[in-house]
Amino acid sequence: MSAVLTKAPSDGRIGLRANARHIGALVRRNALQIKQDPESMFDAVLMPIIFILLFVYVFGGAIAGKGNQEDYVNYVTPGLMAMMGLNIAMAVGTGINDDFKKGVMDRFRTMPIARSSVLLAKIVVEVGRMLIATTILLGMGFLLGMEIRTSVLDLLAAVGLSIVFGASLMWIFILLGLTMKTAQAVQGVAMLVLMPLQFGSSIFAPPTSMPGWLETFTDYNPLSNLADAARNLINGGPVAHSVWVTLAWAAGITLVTAPLAVARFRRKT
Amino acid sequence: MTRSDTNAVEVRGLVKHYGDTKALDGVDLDVREGTVLGVLGPNGAGKTTLVRCLSTLIVPDAGTATVAGYDVVRQPRQLRRTIGLTGQYASVDEKLSGWENLYMIGRLLDLSRKDARRRADGMLERFSLTDAAKRPVMTYSGGMRRRLDLAASMIGSPAVLYLDEPTTGLDPRTRNEVWDEVQRMVAEGVTVLLTTQYMEEAEQLAHELTVIDRGRVIAGGGVDELKARVGGRTLRVRPVDPGQLPAMARALDDSGLAGVAGATVVPDEGQVYVPILSDEQLTAVVGMLAARGFGLAHIDTHLPSLDEVFLAITGEKTSSSVTDTIPEEVAA
Repeated sequence: MSAVLTKAPSDGRIGLRANARHIGALVRRNALQIKQDPESMFDAVLMPIIFILLFVYVFGGAIAGKGNQEDYVNYVTPGLMAMMGLNIAMAVGTGINDDFKKGVMDRFRTMPIARSSVLLAKIVVEVGRMLIATTILLGMGFLLGMEIRTSVLDLLAAVGLSIVFGASLMWIFILLGLTMKTAQAVQGVAMLVLMPLQFGSSIFAPPTSMPGWLETFTDYNPLSNLADAARNLINGGPVAHSVWVTLAWAAGITLVTAPLAVARFRRKT
Repeated sequence: MTRSDTNAVEVRGLVKHYGDTKALDGVDLDVREGTVLGVLGPNGAGKTTLVRCLSTLIVPDAGTATVAGYDVVRQPRQLRRTIGLTGQYASVDEKLSGWENLYMIGRLLDLSRKDARRRADGMLERFSLTDAAKRPVMTYSGGMRRRLDLAASMIGSPAVLYLDEPTTGLDPRTRNEVWDEVQRMVAEGVTVLLTTQYMEEAEQLAHELTVIDRGRVIAGGGVDELKARVGGRTLRVRPVDPGQLPAMARALDDSGLAGVAGATVVPDEGQVYVPILSDEQLTAVVGMLAARGFGLAHIDTHLPSLDEVFLAITGEKTSSSVTDTIPEEVAA
């Protein structure tokens, strides 16, 4: 035989360094796809601009009182950071569903790489997109009069927290994307879950203004915890409780859905 | 080329059911190291399911299969290091350029950056894609995609290569290009499992054949054996003067070149049919007719279609009644 094979450990397990290299090569693939198709960045770039303008100028006056829009910027921008994460995570689900319809996925799954590396590379790229969206959102916030009332470090902590939480949400949507038949179905289900979670939270308005049953719902909604944590990190206020609850949610979601998603990916035919 | 008695692929009693559909219903087959096994069957016979089992994409319900000594169920990680797969649909990234696809695969196969670059360049050169190296694959023609797909499968120098209907949907010229590439790879010692719906493709590429239908093996053996069973090619000759038909048939029978079956006159078509088992026989027949001064208006060869092969083996039509055959070009 003239075939030259790469020698692997006898059980064929993939080492950590090799795994990192594989994820790197797949991240490069995703980045090149964006370069080839820049329109796929529209959501990450335009969504924060449109949402912050909409909420500050359309609802801001009603919620914070006419002329108090600048106060509302400081209230809503940290909340919108949480919302960006949710929206980008949702797009991961439809993306992975589409990806699976292509032959290249068969090639990846017949190669000597950990199957999780395909999913992890996707998450790395989406976290990058989330960072871009958050940066644009904060830039817009500052333009509209937002101010950091604590420190830059606290602001960075708020950004980090929303990214960690957003990344954990991606596993849920990857699982959905791998389970459902079409990208449209994924989008449909995601929207059904997304709308009540987004609006039934403290992202846009203080829950104290809501009826009791809804206030209870928003109290247990992890997006409220994330929005409260980010808001208090930037504006000052108690952070310990909401930060820990958010981190606990992120860890819980990842621990449950990531293994399920990888298993689903493995068994997908 | 090294041909040994060792089997690179061994499949025993492989079963895969999807609900009530028995995609594979107890398949046995062997591929000897360094040879090409053609798996011939109509649409829905189970060919793709077989390839997907052997490439660890799906887990069989029962039976065993080993590739290069590794079990498909118990040692998938080791097995993946020894195989390459080119499917019916190009398994490359449409949005990436040809070069980026090959570089990515090199990196995924643990080549250093430098080696991956060199390998990508070399493969593009070898598969005549250097000019298109920087273009996104979505701008490639069908044949270029298939060649890139083959190149991608060869980056890791696999010991066993699966080709799942590699020329389905290609025009005859592109099909010939793909065949040439496959023959080159075989000459380098790669073991190939080829699935196809086309008798002609199997005859061109395969050393041995397995015919499957409805998830079961219905015939197997050397290409020549199978050809002998189904009658091989038929040479069709039309003289310029239809009046010469009987004389031509007599000349063929007298020369012994038409074999035991003899030449058949088909007056409606103005042609003589001659059963052909080898290229040498074909050459000799044409030479003899020319030497005797027969004026020839038309000459071609006809391979039995998959339907005719099935008819000869089982006495039944194929399960999906595939009737499409590749028209063979004039062979003389």
